[in-house]
Amino acid sequence: MAALIQPSERLAVASPAGSILVVDNITKRFETPEGVVTAVENLSLSVASGEFLGVIGPSGCGKSTLFNIIGGLLDGYEGSVKVAGELVRGPHPSIGMIFQEESTFPWRTVLDNVAFPLEIAGMGRSERYDKAGHFVSLVGLDGFERRYPAELSGGMRQRVSMARTLAAQPKIMLMDEPFAALDEQTRLLLGDKVLQIQQELKQTTLIITHNITEAVQLSDRILVMTYRPGRLKRVVDIDLPRPRTSEIVSSEAFGRYVAQIWNDLREEASRGLRADEAAKRQGAPT
Amino acid sequence: MSMQAITRARWFPAVLGFGSFAAAILIIELLIRVGLINRFIVPMPSEIVRAFPRVIAEEHVLWRFLVTAAEALSASILVTVFGIAGGVLLYQFRLLRAATETWVAAVAAAPLVLIYPLYLVIFGRNATTIVMMGFTAGLAPVILKTLEGLAGTRRVLINVGRSFNLTRSQQFWKILFPAALPTIFVGMRLGLIFALINIVGVEFLINFGGLGQLINELAERYDLAGTYAAISFVILVSICVFLLTERLERWLRPVD
Repeated sequence: MAALIQPSERLAVASPAGSILVVDNITKRFETPEGVVTAVENLSLSVASGEFLGVIGPSGCGKSTLFNIIGGLLDGYEGSVKVAGELVRGPHPSIGMIFQEESTFPWRTVLDNVAFPLEIAGMGRSERYDKAGHFVSLVGLDGFERRYPAELSGGMRQRVSMARTLAAQPKIMLMDEPFAALDEQTRLLLGDKVLQIQQELKQTTLIITHNITEAVQLSDRILVMTYRPGRLKRVVDIDLPRPRTSEIVSSEAFGRYVAQIWNDLREEASRGLRADEAAKRQGAPT
Repeated sequence: MSMQAITRARWFPAVLGFGSFAAAILIIELLIRVGLINRFIVPMPSEIVRAFPRVIAEEHVLWRFLVTAAEALSASILVTVFGIAGGVLLYQFRLLRAATETWVAAVAAAPLVLIYPLYLVIFGRNATTIVMMGFTAGLAPVILKTLEGLAGTRRVLINVGRSFNLTRSQQFWKILFPAALPTIFVGMRLGLIFALINIVGVEFLINFGGLGQLINELAERYDLAGTYAAISFVILVSICVFLLTERLERWLRPVD
């Protein structure tokens, strides 16, 4: 196996020249009744075009804060986020977001959900439905175009969200624990679908997750974050062959990556657990 | 067909509903006939049925039905337009919401029918007073439920809109409004109930207009069967208004 764990410094000096997304020295603090909480501190990362980057960390490490900052939904932070050299100051058309929570529009059919960004872009009805139909097919939901989200399973609804985001043809797809609400088997199978789509579209993707298996299954590279304040702890290159499927989870190399990352995460997760328990003893919200 | 298959049939709930209604009517009829209920207070259902042709032919109930229905429709349109607009306004301006929400809630719970003398002075003894009374009574629930619906829109849906760079207007019409529609319609149904109660009530009190006035006149004549027959037409107005809102909701939002 190639060098499994690389020093985090490598990321800081990773050449932004070849990167489509550069997050430079981000720090975000929140004012709370208990005082100032630093969610993310001096975090830098870069994503190359076509790369699948995983960001993993324990609960409370600022993963969602990072997701919202990159997606332009959160401001008031130090540092900068650039997409293809352009500074991100708010939601950026080059970044497509897939959220952890169920986010389909219940009043729209599958096809209308997927056509939503095209409708907003002012595309004509027949053209947008043609295009939306293509993305519905891509996520494997042929035959469900006229169904409403309430008639679909959780995994199918997440695929609708994915198709909707892809329909906007973003340069970068940003995913925040997209399969967190699903069972492990569905999660693995949806991972296959994500891998297949990424392979087909060469879509640059950044996934934020706390699930090690998911991160290793999907990513070319994984950034391990510390517990609050979220800093970069380790960079792991995942040297597993592509194209991949979920069958890879039974391989020896996969197991070694999972074990290595868990070694790093265990310490952080324990720290998080202790902090959580201490806060609960004092009656403070975590 | 087994019992289980019958209870699962699509027609069963409707048949059960009508059957229960018919059974209740039959029981009342029997209780009156055996003297357990005083027939000078509650007329027999069979007498009410027999009173229908008379009420229709002699009391011009269809015309009165149309008058009350038109007043209810006018009030409904006003309640919907101003109620939703009011809810949106309170949602958009936090200060306004903080300053007035409690007052609006208090108005929703107040017996607004008591202000009809004031409206008589302002608008006179005419249909405008009746419509405005319906409007006033139905407004607060629509405002409150619109506000609740908009404020209750799931954060993630708003964030989806933001991630697609929606303008404020797009964010409202494409996400907030459709997301809030089920709650807004709950408010509209409540508002329309309040409006209808007040419309018929004020017609009764000022002895003017449609079915309320007819009920007043028939009650004054102690024509109990006719009174109850006229009340059936009020229920018919209510059913029409509900069917209309239900259709509108299904058209605007085919699924929940």
